[in-house]
Amino acid sequence: MMEFKLTRKPIVAEDPDLREAGGFVIFEGRVRRFNEGREVLAIEYEAFEPMALREGEKLLRDALAEHGVLEAVCVHRLGRLELGETAVRVAVAARHRREAFEACSAIIDGLKRDVPIWKKEFYADGESEWILNQDASFQKPDPEK
Amino acid sequence: VRVRYFALFREQRGLSEETVATVARTVGDLYLELATRHGLTMPLESIRCAINEEFQTFDAELSNDDEIVFVPPVAGG
Repeated sequence: MMEFKLTRKPIVAEDPDLREAGGFVIFEGRVRRFNEGREVLAIEYEAFEPMALREGEKLLRDALAEHGVLEAVCVHRLGRLELGETAVRVAVAARHRREAFEACSAIIDGLKRDVPIWKKEFYADGESEWILNQDASFQKPDPEK
Repeated sequence: VRVRYFALFREQRGLSEETVATVARTVGDLYLELATRHGLTMPLESIRCAINEEFQTFDAELSNDDEIVFVPPVAGG
């Protein structure tokens, strides 16, 4: 089972419930107070939604293709988020812990690289800025996926 | 072609989408044309492009009914 979702409401924890799974790994990315030395008040997320869903589903499909991974769910928040709110949640169930950790890590890394979601940080000094992830990949489409 | 703008590009263009008449043959040429015309600041080397919701390389050729999105570096998570 896999599901990739975008939501404008606070993310509600939905965890896999599988008797075959011995390892569950959950990653939550939250809005933190400081980035690059600047005090952050809020973040606004924006997506190219149909493409983000397709790219996100590709990541989950790749994760499930790995041996032992049974379920992968990812939810990303859109709109304005305050400090401490969850921006993204990845939940993976696998037969064993190693597969679960690896799949969860691959999903969040892939999301930061290939899923068309952008964020604008709003700072305490009144300024704001679009963030350019260090790990976003440039001009590397992979037609095989 | 139809062009949609997101994030930094949406703000720089002041629009979410528009129909563009162009003689550009490739999507890369189209970006350079629009960047010059509308002051889009990101260099071609720093961005990606999507045609009809799929990532493509900048040498991809344009068709009339294509939907083009220039993708600033993504920043999910």
